[in-house]
This record gives sequence, C-alpha cells and structure tokens, in this order.
Amino acid sequence: MPVLELNNISKRFGNLLANENISLALDAGEIVALLGENGAGKTTLMNILFGHYSADEGWIKVNGEILPNHTEAAINAGIGMVHQHFTLADNLSVMENIVLGTESLFAWRQDRAKASKRLENLSHEFGLEIDAQKQVSELTVGERQRVEILKAIYRDVKILILDEPTAVLTPQETEKLFSSLKDLSKKGLTIIFITHKLHEILSVTDRVAVLRRGKLVGEVLTKEADKNILSEMMVGHKVSYPSKKNQQYGDIVVELDNISTVGEKGESSVQLHNITLQVRSHQILGIVGVSGNGQLQLARLLSGMIQHNSGTMNLFGNTIEKNSPLSMIRQGVARIPEDRHTEGIVGEMKLWENLIGERLSLNQMTHFGCCIDKKSAIQHSEQLIDDFDIRCSGTNAQANLLSGGNIQKLILARTLTQNPGFIVANQPVRGLDEGSIAYVQTQLMDARNRGAGILLISTDIDELLTMCDDLMVMCDGYISKVFKAESKSISEIGLMMAGQLGTDNTSIN
Amino acid sequence: MQLEVRTNTPFWLVLFAPLFAMIVALSLCSVLIIWADAPVFTAYGALLNGGLGSRFAIMETLSRSIPLIFTGLAVAVAFRSKFYNIGCEGQLYCGALAAVYIGSGMITLPPIAMIPLLMLCGVIAGGLLLIVPVLLKTHLKVDEVVTTLLLNFIVLLMVSYLIEGPMKDPASLGWPQTASIIDEGVFPPLFEKSRVHLGLIFALIAAVITWIVMRFTTFGYASRAVGLNLQASNFFGIPVNMTIIKVSLISGGLAGLAGVSEVAGLKGYLTLDLSPGFGYTGIVVAMLAQLNPIGVVISAFFISVVYVGADSMSRVLNIPAYLADVIVGVSVLCVLVSVMFTQYRLRFK
Amino acid sequence: MEILELLLTTGFWAATIRIVSPLILATLGELICERAGVLNLGIEGIMTMGAMCGWMWVYQGGDLWTGVLFAFFIGAVFGFIHSCFTVYAGLSQHVTGIGITLFAASLSYYAYRLLLPSATTPPKIVPFENYAIPFLAEIPVFGEALFNQTPLTYFALLLVPIVWYVLYRTPAGLAVRMAGECPVAVEAQGINVLRVRTFAVMIGSGFMAVGGAFLTMSAFDAFYFGMINGRGWIAVALVIFASWKPGKALFGAFIFAGLEALQVRVQQFSGDVIPYQFFLMLPYIMSIVAMIIVARKARYPRALLVPFRKGERI
Repeated sequence: MPVLELNNISKRFGNLLANENISLALDAGEIVALLGENGAGKTTLMNILFGHYSADEGWIKVNGEILPNHTEAAINAGIGMVHQHFTLADNLSVMENIVLGTESLFAWRQDRAKASKRLENLSHEFGLEIDAQKQVSELTVGERQRVEILKAIYRDVKILILDEPTAVLTPQETEKLFSSLKDLSKKGLTIIFITHKLHEILSVTDRVAVLRRGKLVGEVLTKEADKNILSEMMVGHKVSYPSKKNQQYGDIVVELDNISTVGEKGESSVQLHNITLQVRSHQILGIVGVSGNGQLQLARLLSGMIQHNSGTMNLFGNTIEKNSPLSMIRQGVARIPEDRHTEGIVGEMKLWENLIGERLSLNQMTHFGCCIDKKSAIQHSEQLIDDFDIRCSGTNAQANLLSGGNIQKLILARTLTQNPGFIVANQPVRGLDEGSIAYVQTQLMDARNRGAGILLISTDIDELLTMCDDLMVMCDGYISKVFKAESKSISEIGLMMAGQLGTDNTSIN
Repeated sequence: MQLEVRTNTPFWLVLFAPLFAMIVALSLCSVLIIWADAPVFTAYGALLNGGLGSRFAIMETLSRSIPLIFTGLAVAVAFRSKFYNIGCEGQLYCGALAAVYIGSGMITLPPIAMIPLLMLCGVIAGGLLLIVPVLLKTHLKVDEVVTTLLLNFIVLLMVSYLIEGPMKDPASLGWPQTASIIDEGVFPPLFEKSRVHLGLIFALIAAVITWIVMRFTTFGYASRAVGLNLQASNFFGIPVNMTIIKVSLISGGLAGLAGVSEVAGLKGYLTLDLSPGFGYTGIVVAMLAQLNPIGVVISAFFISVVYVGADSMSRVLNIPAYLADVIVGVSVLCVLVSVMFTQYRLRFK
Repeated sequence: MEILELLLTTGFWAATIRIVSPLILATLGELICERAGVLNLGIEGIMTMGAMCGWMWVYQGGDLWTGVLFAFFIGAVFGFIHSCFTVYAGLSQHVTGIGITLFAASLSYYAYRLLLPSATTPPKIVPFENYAIPFLAEIPVFGEALFNQTPLTYFALLLVPIVWYVLYRTPAGLAVRMAGECPVAVEAQGINVLRVRTFAVMIGSGFMAVGGAFLTMSAFDAFYFGMINGRGWIAVALVIFASWKPGKALFGAFIFAGLEALQVRVQQFSGDVIPYQFFLMLPYIMSIVAMIIVARKARYPRALLVPFRKGERI
C-alpha cells in the first residue's frame, strides 16, 4: 500500500487551471522529484497536499485514509513541508520557531527542558546541528533551512516536502543537503523534492514525476532518465535561449571604486564593503552569490535607492555625489528590481500608469509640466504592449492581475525602450516559466549587443554561466575579483560563494 | 466560502456601494430605534423630514454640509496617500483661530481682499499644525494616527486657554469666547433668511479643484502611487517624502478652511463648541465618497441630512440625538465592507 | 524643594497608582492586540463602552465584580467586531479602528441617554472601596500608597506579570507573538492564524473595556460624557514607548501617572502663573515625545497592520 496517494486533483484560480487531474502514489522511503518549470503547478499541488489550498476536485489518502483539507490534518498525518520562502519568525528563537504548535494551546506552561533535549537528540541523529537559543535573524540561509527541516522532523513527519530547497544554497551546501536527505529516506521517510533543475534530480532521486501546465505528463525512474528526456518532458516544446557571441567591449559605463555602505541603525541586512567593479559597454557582468550576501544592496545602490558613504561611483564618466532613483533614471539607467510586485509595479494602478511611471518623473508626457498627457501616454503604452507582447486585456488592465512573466515584460518594456546605456538586473528571471525566461534573456542579450553594459545578479549559477561574459562572487558584502565565466569550475565558484573570495579584504575564513 | 479578486468591477457597483452601505447602516440602527420603543419607519420619516422636509430644513442641511465638505476633502486627500490624518478637528480649530486672530480688528480690508486673506490664514494655520506629525512620519516613522489624534486634544486645550485668556472678548460678559470677526470678513449669506453662506461656494470650488488636481496632474498621480505602493513609487523616482508632506499640507489647509468658514460664515466668534466633531465626521464623509472629491460633496450633504434630521427626530420621538453619531459610526464600517466587495467577490463552493 | 517633598508624600503615590490603573489595563489590552499583529484603534470607543456598561450594570442593581465581567464581555464583543473586519476580511486596521471608536462611543452615549433620559446631574453608584492589605499597608509612604487601594487596582497591577507570563511562557502566548511576527509560520504549523488573532483582539479589547470601567467604578462613581478623554490614544502611544513589552508598559504608565499626579499638585502651588490648560496638555505632549524618543529603535511586530489571507500565494 502506498504511503501517499493523490487522486485526480484539480485546482482552478480564476481562469487559470493550476492542476488538472493529477494522480500520484508514493511508497515509504522513496525520494520522488516533482519536476516542472515555474508555473507548472508544482507548488500549488503541494500546497493542496499540505492543506493551504483546497482542491476543487479529487482526494488525497495517507496510509489508506482520506486526508481532510486543512493544515492541521496534514501535519497530524505526518506531512511536513519546507517552503521555498522560509516560514520562520526572525525575531524569535530557533527553539520557539520549532516548538510552536507542538503543544496544546491551552497548556499553562511550556516544557522547555524536554523540548530542547528532544531537539538535541534529533539534530545529532540527522547531523543537522543548530544552536537552538539563537534568534533566527542571526542565522545564515543554510542554517535557516536546517531549522525548517528540523521543524518538520521534530513533529515526526513521515512525508517531507521540499520546495526548491537548493535555490538558496551553495553547491557544497547542496551536496550536504542531499546526503542528509538520503539518510532520512533510509530511515523510512518519504521525500518529495520539488525542483526545476535537472541535474539535481539525477543525483538524488529514485523517481521523477513531471508536471507541465498543470498536468502530469509522465513518471520515470531516475535511473532510466537523462537530461534530454526530462527537459523535453518538462517544457514540451523547444525553447530557444539566446546564444552568447563574444564581442569587443566598449567604454566603461559604470565604475565603482572601494564603495561601502552603512545601513540605518537596527537594520539587519548585509552592507557593502569595499566594492570595486566596472562594467563596460557590450559586457554582461554576472554577480554570483547565495541570496542575502549584499547583492540586493548592490542593486539598490545602482538603482539609486541607497547612498554610499565611502568610495567613488562613476556613471558614464560622471562622478555621482548624491544618489537618487531620479538621477539614475535621468542618466538612462534601466533598473530591473528583484521584487517585481513590491518595487516593479504599483499593483492597484492601471497598466498604462505603470508604464509611464518613470517618464512622469522625467517630466515627459506632461502638459505644462504638471498635467498628465493621457493621450500620448496611452499611445505609448499601446505601442509597448505590442512591441513587448504583454498579454493583457488592454492599457486599462490592473497591473497586479498580470502573470509574473507579463509583469516582467512590463518592466522590461518600461526600461528598455529608452535604449539604456547601463542595465542593472536583479534576478530578472526568477519564478518565470521557460518561455518567459528565454524572452527576458533574449531581450537582455539584444540590449548588450546594441551596446549596453549589464550587471546581472542571480543566485542561479547555470543562468549566469550561460548569460555572462565575466563573473564576480559576493559573500557577506564583500566581492571577489572579476574572472572569465569559463575559467573556473562550479565547485571552485561554490567555495568562493561560501566565503573564500581570494581577496585580502575578506576577513571570513 | 472564500474571497476572490475581481478582474473587473462593474461601474454600477462602485456607484452603489456607498448607497448599499448606508442602507445597511440604517437597517442596523433601526434596532436602536426599536430599543427606544419608537416606530422605525416613522422615526426615519421624521429624520428625512427634519433634514429635507422644508426650506428651513434644506437650508440647515446645506449650511451643516459646508464644514463637512472641507473636512471630508481634507481626509480624502490624505487617505489617498495613506496618510491617516485624524487630526482634522484640531486643524479646523487652528484655521478658526487664525481667522479670528487676523479678522477681529487687527487688519481691515475691503471684503474682496479680507475674505481671501482670512481663508489663506486658515489654510496656513491648518497646514502648519500637520507639519510636526508629517515630519515625524517621514523622518522618524512615527505613526501619524496617534500624533494627529493627540494634537486634537492639545489644540482644544490651547483654544480653551486663549479664549479664557489673551483672546477673550472683554465685551463677552464673562463667557469664554473671542471677539467677533469684523463685518468685512464675514461670509455673506447666499439666500435670504438662511444660514447658508458663501462658504458653500468655496467648498464646491475646493472640491472641483481637488478633483482636477487628483485626477489630471502628475502630483495627483504621485500622491496616489505613494498611497498604493511606497516602495515602487520611490523606485519610479517619485519624491516620496516631499509628496507626503505636500499632501499633508493640503489636507491640513482644507481642514483649516472648515474652521474659517464656520467662524466667518456662521458663528462670527470662536468658542469651544465651534465644531461638534466635524473633523471626525469628515472621515466618514470621505470614506462614503470612496475618497473621491466630487463624491465628498454628495456624501457630506447626505451625512448632514442625518445630523440635522436626527435633531428634529429626537425632539419629535424622544430618541436621543446621539443616534446620528451611531449611524455615522456604523456607516464607516459598512462602507468598508461594501468597498471590499467592489474589489473582491465571494466564491461559494 | 517643595516638589521633592511632594514626591515623598503618600497622597502623591496613592494618586499615581490610581491614575496608573486604567492606563495599564488599556495599555496591556492594546499590547496584546498589537502583539498578534492587529492595531486596535477602537480602544477609545471600547473604553467608553466599558465605562458605560460596567457603571450601568451596577446602577441597575448588579454587583461590582459582575459589572467588571460585563464590561470585559462587551469589550470582547467589540473586539470580535473589530477582528471580523481586520482579521477575517483583512480591511484597513486604521479605518476600522476609527470606525469602531466612533460607533462604540456614540452607542454608549446613546444607550446612556436612552436608559437615563431625565438625568440632569449624573447619578452615582457605590464604587469599589479601598481594601488595605494587612501589614503591607502599614509600611510608611509607599506601602500606605500601594497597599491601600481598590481591588480593581490590585487586579490591574497583577495583570502585568500575568500577561507577561502568558505571552512569554505558554504555547498560546507563543502563538500570539508568532502571529504578529510571521503569520505564515503559524499557519504552517497547523494553527489557525485568524483564530489566534481574533482571540487576542477579543481578550485585549476586554481589558481595554475594564480599563474604561475602572474610571466609573473605582476612580469615580458616575459616567460623564467624554470621560475617556484621549486615554485610549495615550495607551496606544505607551505601547510603542514600551516596545511591546508588558514590564516596560508598566514602567511607562507609571511615568505618565506620576507626572499627572505631580501636575495636579504643582498646579495648586503655581496659582495663576501657569494656566491650568497647559498642565492638562502635558500627557498628550508627553505621549508624542515618548513616541519620538523610541522612534529610531522601535521594533514593530513584523506583521503589524498586515492582514493574513489563507490561500494567498506564499
């Protein structure tokens, strides 16, 4: 009898069919990959299993019994989930995060001694060492993931779901995670591993289930699969990614010399230390690093959102004293923010209003310098919607009702149409489906071929290796020297991501 | 049962949402009328009659709606940028104070200059009062709700001190009130034998101007964007803090105008009971109007009907006039829900 | 010199403790709500409601303690209304709170007028009487002040450690704090965030109402219009000043009450030199100052003001 059985699950969000008649069965001790591109419905399916969403049709059985649709039932049935975005409270201790919900809410006291003993035993048993008294905000991303896994194990899970667990890890940490997972499965745990990265599947799983556009398109044993078969199953059609042709670099567009930032008091984010880099015309410079190592600050600096307090910053040969979003826009810097929804668009505003946001700041598309020239704004927007193939109901569509890929196209349309000399792109393809990824990458590559210098930040090494001419690694706010994308192996880059930057100003081992 | 985002909102729904809210509010409050042992329909009939039933009633209602239009606009402008100015009451008194200070003999000009001067002073005084809360918000991230609320109490005590002390009218026979505004500064009545004064015209003009500014200018765009998404607005290059400061000054100025029009148009002098909570009622007016400046005019009139009508209803049927305040309070909550249904729909499974 | 002597009198300390009681009840109530992620600006109205209900209960022949319970219950009902809007429907906490305040305050005036239509001078009840705790009340100055108070004051002061214990040492308190920091985590651990928040808002609102009832049943013996007089807003400021910690809230409330008790006495000395209005302004000005002092380092509960909607993409 299978441990877990999903039968004919369907789920609809408005007009979008996120899951369609999905059936899947898992045995004890198996590691099964749920493979599919972004937006294929993997996370939705797992959220149904975990009780966050309710399925429109179908049922789930755990150990032969129907699973009622709420989180509590899923947890009681022994299902644990490690979300892609961690569900941990930063201001609370590791212990508090783990024991939440394991005791009756009506109990008059917590048995802290018992809890910490149990936690200690578990972390020894599975090699997941952690200081339980620390605040979560003090932990690294890898440690936080360990807490998430411990949270599940602490509750005696039988089935563990991991949603894109490697996205935030260095290659070495990934290896360690995989060996932990193998240990867990030997003890009888069933593991579902959600991913869109092919090589991970081949190294750790027993079986692969592939989702495409909400449907289960196939199941194969890992030992009978290879990258090409899986890739074709996952995407379904051929996607043409941009190819990189070497070009002669042009003039320097951006130059940072020994730049440091200081955050506001009490701000916990990593600050920049002695950053030196330059980007030239016709060059894509990639910034590698585990998420949260200062890349965001670097992108925000180049977007005009924060100030540097020492060092010099040159843009197209001019030194920037007072940094601001407006001055960056004025100088023709195209900025693609990491968080599309919170920085890229004003979701409740209309499409055309979002498309002219930066133009209005430049006092373009206005009458008498104070009134919006709606007619030309609409015309301009219609043009952009056409040019960049933004799928929407028209210029009056509300921006947050667009899909992720279309929001990203909106942002590209807004920025690239100005023919920028410099582009700073922070995680431009994160969370997009393969078609949109190819589109965004092609647009960026075209801009580079037209002469723009691009700073591309990503946590996905593969993406950077295919897109970039040169790479730099960031760790804890420090940056490495620049090197050619082909000159180092992945494991070398992984060591750099973990702190061995090979420069003198890094104090960390 | 769950909420689902609407992909498009039919126009009639936006239009009727506040109306539905009022109907629900009135039906809920009918419980209170029943509690008072009064017949519900007769009571609401008396309310309507008291607010709209005669020339006198309509004139009273119109004159009551003047300050409400101003404070409603003040709130609408501020709330659009998610600047929660709950201090209109204090700004109203500041405006009134400035008008009385300048207008009770300090300067004498012909009415054509005197009236604008008083209004300008009111705008400045009302706006200035918001400087502290807005700077605390933009620079220190201190919540403006609490600071503006607390300032109401401080301003009222200040007014109490001034009208008992330095600004007390020696001719007032011991009553704590200021000297009257000189004749040149008084807003002339619009209709004979009524209390409706020139302030109504100013209020309507203010509403139209506010509407134009909010709808057609880049400043209107910026102030809306700031309210909807602060981070993205900053990213777009909108000067976020400056926009909020400007918004707050406009909001305070509009509330100050309410005070000017009350002293210069109605009372003539300043006392502590100048405003029976116009500042707070302005919140309800603005919410009912869904923050639309033109809607503010309509909802201010509507709320005035409730207040003026409730007074006469309480005389006729012995229901405490506080019913009007309850209706107004309940309608804020109802309008919140009805506006939600313009953005979401219920989905049953 | 006179002021220093004043600080050593029993009268001053007794007055301070009397003033602190309603303030600490309201502040703890607001603190519980905000710890769960809900800003409750209905506080001013809920306190008015509590003041009216508790008083009316006793005036209609009820017993004092059941009056307190009744006030708590009514407060919790308004808390429930608040959470229906802010927690379940996820509507603006600012606007809902103001709406609740307008509604609850006017409703209590309406009810008061309806039940006592002809009362020209506010009728009185027999309020809580002082209860001197044996021995302790004989300690000079401070003991005489602290241990010769009404039972409701003892309750208010005892509530501080109780709230601290519940928040920091029980599973339910952990769930409340977590709901205010990271509601997704609470949901992921199988606890219903909406219920936790609703529960916290109801309890918190109940305490606010008791704070209001203290005024009519312990500090005074009648219900006046406008008697809350901004105490609710001051409590909101105090919560920020206290960095959302019960102990610090008590400390903050004591500073406030002490200064207020002091100003009443200084006022008597100062004669007409300083107008009395300026003394009355002090608590409001101090509230603003208190918020400015902590502004830079205020660590808001992360999820304060953020509605949680289940089923939204995580």
